[in-house]
Amino acid sequence: MTQAVDDAAIESAVPAPDPMLPRPFRVFGRREDTADTVTLELRPLDGAAPPFEPGQFNMLGRLGVGEVPISISGDPTDATLVHTIRDVGGVTRVLAAAQVGDVLEVRGPYGSGWGVHDGHGGDVVVVAGGIGLAPLRPVMLRLLAERSRYRKVALVYGARTPADQLYADEFAQWREHGIDVETIVDRGPAGWRGHVGLVTTLVPRIDVEASQTLALVCGPEVMMRYVARALIERGVPSERIRASMERNMKCGVGVCGHCQLRQFFLCVDGPVLDYSTLAPLLDVREV
Amino acid sequence: MRSIDQLLREQPFFASLDDDALALIAGCAVNRHARAGAYLFRDGEPADTFFLIRHGRVALETHTPTGGSVVIETLDAGEVLGWSWIVPPYRWQFDARAVDDTSIVVFDGACLRGKCDDDPRLGYALMQQVAQVMLARLQATRVRLLDLYGVPL
Repeated sequence: MTQAVDDAAIESAVPAPDPMLPRPFRVFGRREDTADTVTLELRPLDGAAPPFEPGQFNMLGRLGVGEVPISISGDPTDATLVHTIRDVGGVTRVLAAAQVGDVLEVRGPYGSGWGVHDGHGGDVVVVAGGIGLAPLRPVMLRLLAERSRYRKVALVYGARTPADQLYADEFAQWREHGIDVETIVDRGPAGWRGHVGLVTTLVPRIDVEASQTLALVCGPEVMMRYVARALIERGVPSERIRASMERNMKCGVGVCGHCQLRQFFLCVDGPVLDYSTLAPLLDVREV
Repeated sequence: MRSIDQLLREQPFFASLDDDALALIAGCAVNRHARAGAYLFRDGEPADTFFLIRHGRVALETHTPTGGSVVIETLDAGEVLGWSWIVPPYRWQFDARAVDDTSIVVFDGACLRGKCDDDPRLGYALMQQVAQVMLARLQATRVRLLDLYGVPL
């Protein structure tokens, strides 16, 4: 007796990929962004790179060394996986030293995205500090690709010095697409003509309809706290402000608890959370 | 052409002052333009003025033995520049350089101090505005002292 077998039944019989199982990716592009930060372009050895949403992260590692959570900083429509890594010692030092041809282990993508589409029809403000522009670069690329879906779009980016700015060579293109890119540094060398000061000082100057604005913020936690306050003072509703939180992600699937922030496991509930949820937690010590 | 008190009325810094107060303050002010690269004042010089930036950008600088000039902060249109005219010894502590061609309103510090002494209500209102800006700059400076982008905290 023959039995009809439908495709769905076959598909469900194939075990889903183990989310804890790393896949090998080869480095085929490497760029030194700043003195301590590199961008790696990776391609899988065993198939296609998984799709991701801007804001998600991967566990990136090297056998025998360990793994760390690194946000994805590439184009969501591109088959290439892009990670920007800052060398702060330990595993990141090994990853940042990876050369073209080396093989790294990748698990993911994990976590929540920025939900950029929630800004359709309104204004979008992106505020980044330091390495915090890396998780927001996929947002910028999506905003460029869907520029007509948004009204005003602005990027405010703070860095230590002009030489510490990430992706500075892309700013001109972003401006050409009607994105207001404002940068500010903590220290300006002689001849620097841009802004010098705290990133929050630019927030009141952003030309947007605040009540219709989606604000996406990433940077050092202290910076995000002050930026969120400045955005609220500017009139952006707190539930329309989203921030990407960094904690000690380990498993990536909400099991181990290393990334717990009060009631949230940031690897699955975050890293992107809205500020109305985050605000009470950011003021609590040692959470 | 708009008068000085009309110009001041458009600036957030003076928004809380009434017409009489603005007229008094405007009597101490003149319009000036500074070309890009020109210095509004230099470290150590007598501080007998303060400035409202109408257009352009001004950099506050200091010198370092090894690095030359370092820009500490930039100020843009709508911001005020200069506190040293308020308290003795009335000397600038930094250099101020026009980054772009810049339009400014220049206030005579001695004239303003005299009017504030004569009219304490005006003095109090003006000092409240000054204190508000000073507080915002102090708080921003404190956050910058954390060197947030330098090492993960």
